[in-house]
Amino acid sequence: MIAFLLQRLAGAVVVIFAMSLIVFAGVFAIGNPIDVLINPAADQITRAETIARYGLDRPFWEQYGYFLGALIRGDFGTSFVFNQPALGLILSKLPATLELALAAMLIAIVLGIPLGAYAGLKPESAISRTIMAASVLGFSLPTFWVGLMLILVFSVELGWLPSGGRGETVLIGGIEWSFLTSDGLAHLLLPAFNLALFKLSLIIRLTRAGMRETWPADFVKFARAKGLSMRRVVLVHAMRNILIPIVTVLGLEFGSVVAFAVVTETIFSWPGMGKLVIDSILTLDRPVMVTYLMLVVTMFVTINLLVDLAYAALDPRVRLGGQR
Amino acid sequence: MSTRAASPAALFWAEFAESKVALGGLFVFALAVLLALTAPWITPQDPHDQALLSLMDARLPPGSVGSGGYTHWLGTDAQGRDVLSAIFWGLRTSLFVGAAAGVVALCIGTTVGLAAAFFGGRVELALMRLVDLQLSFPAILLALVLVAILGQGLFQVVVALVAAQYAYFARTVHGAALAERRKEYIEAASGIPLRPTRVVLRHLLPNCLPPLIVVATVQVANAIAIEATLSFLGVGMPVTEPSLGTLIANGFQFMLSGRYWISVYPGIALLIVIVAINLVGDQLRDVLNPRLKK
Repeated sequence: MIAFLLQRLAGAVVVIFAMSLIVFAGVFAIGNPIDVLINPAADQITRAETIARYGLDRPFWEQYGYFLGALIRGDFGTSFVFNQPALGLILSKLPATLELALAAMLIAIVLGIPLGAYAGLKPESAISRTIMAASVLGFSLPTFWVGLMLILVFSVELGWLPSGGRGETVLIGGIEWSFLTSDGLAHLLLPAFNLALFKLSLIIRLTRAGMRETWPADFVKFARAKGLSMRRVVLVHAMRNILIPIVTVLGLEFGSVVAFAVVTETIFSWPGMGKLVIDSILTLDRPVMVTYLMLVVTMFVTINLLVDLAYAALDPRVRLGGQR
Repeated sequence: MSTRAASPAALFWAEFAESKVALGGLFVFALAVLLALTAPWITPQDPHDQALLSLMDARLPPGSVGSGGYTHWLGTDAQGRDVLSAIFWGLRTSLFVGAAAGVVALCIGTTVGLAAAFFGGRVELALMRLVDLQLSFPAILLALVLVAILGQGLFQVVVALVAAQYAYFARTVHGAALAERRKEYIEAASGIPLRPTRVVLRHLLPNCLPPLIVVATVQVANAIAIEATLSFLGVGMPVTEPSLGTLIANGFQFMLSGRYWISVYPGIALLIVIVAINLVGDQLRDVLNPRLKK
């Protein structure tokens, strides 16, 4: 088990290291950020001074080596635009993104599992067909388009919910939270639902498939034959078996919710990491872009590592014969 | 159902046509392609020609008659551009990007998948590790990163989409080829012996096609959706070559003031195309998947 753990850990470190090279090389290829840094009217001396100060005149490998060294010390550079440490800047936006992502996951679970279970139990009913058709739409419609329609219907036409921002926030532990005030909650609802839609469709399909597979199984038939209430058979006997794959997928998909938040945050002006990174791409703010990408890569690699380890712990075949 | 003399193509078509919804999807998609191809001749206005635009016509609601003397059935945008014309031209860009990205990703992905399955060993391990690694990231994120690195433009967007999507093809072909590789006809062909390239291209590849066709349909729809998303975020197609996503982005700021038509109609066009392709893909999956055969 320890050999397996070390092997996977080493693999994860290699991936992160490789990505740091790719990200840096890629960002290095983007236009010269000097035009963003200085006043266009500045003279040649100021220009040369600024270039030297940020090390922009050094060769690629030297800049990369310096970048990597700084990275290991936890220094991700200073944002060209905000003039503050890039890591701190992104981390200050992290709670907003996490709040949005968690709210979206919650909506997807609370709506998805009952809807999927119903569609699995009564596959031929009209309601089930509607649920499944809606889930197909949830898969194929682009997130940003659904977001626009939500704003158009609920903010512009009906005027029920605000179209952007976080609303009133409460400070807890030095971090602002929206979901504790009614105004903040109103601001959270539309973007969270928008972000939830894709995962909602996924959970509906998984739950339905699981229910259809589990329902004819002997242990369910036995539970029903014992005369247990329908409620108990569904919630306790069937659901327990369906939940395992759903929890796995949800764990894996959390990273992609954070990634998709880029789109939702931009539409609803939600002040999270995603909006920050889009802004930084548009203003060529290299340190912020690189830091965001490194954080996301690390997050994905960590999630995959945890899932691998969880499987290995649960299933001996993976850790013994899985090396191919 | 059909006679024994019917050709495979006719059989395939008969089975596909069983679903009226899928037929409708195919018809709508064909219509969209036709509109996109003929846009320069059927639209009342060339939306790229600044000389034809007049600010007097800006933000006219649908159905108004502008200074050009014709009716703007879907209204005009902030520069006085006819929204209907802009949609047909945007359709051109969107469909071209989707098709180009789909075809190139298909070729690269198929090559990678076949090579991995045929050579096996270290080649397979290295190629499929990379593919698996890529598949653990959402395609939209990879495309976003690549466009951020490469910059705006048609070529850059297609490259980003191909790099983000080839892995899906590689995975599919690899899976299908692994299953086929062990069958007798491949052994027989190798034993004659035919050249390896001939075995792969003439014997292995044709038998991997069914799942590949299904994935290709879905991925073209995805490519169009991802391109629209990138353009909406302002990092995709440049303003000089607007796709449907760019049009939606341009109208977004006016939506809050009730001028919905600038964003909504291009959005509906985008939606119709994506749903139509997905309907065709769904039916193809049913027809081509032997496990679902009655």
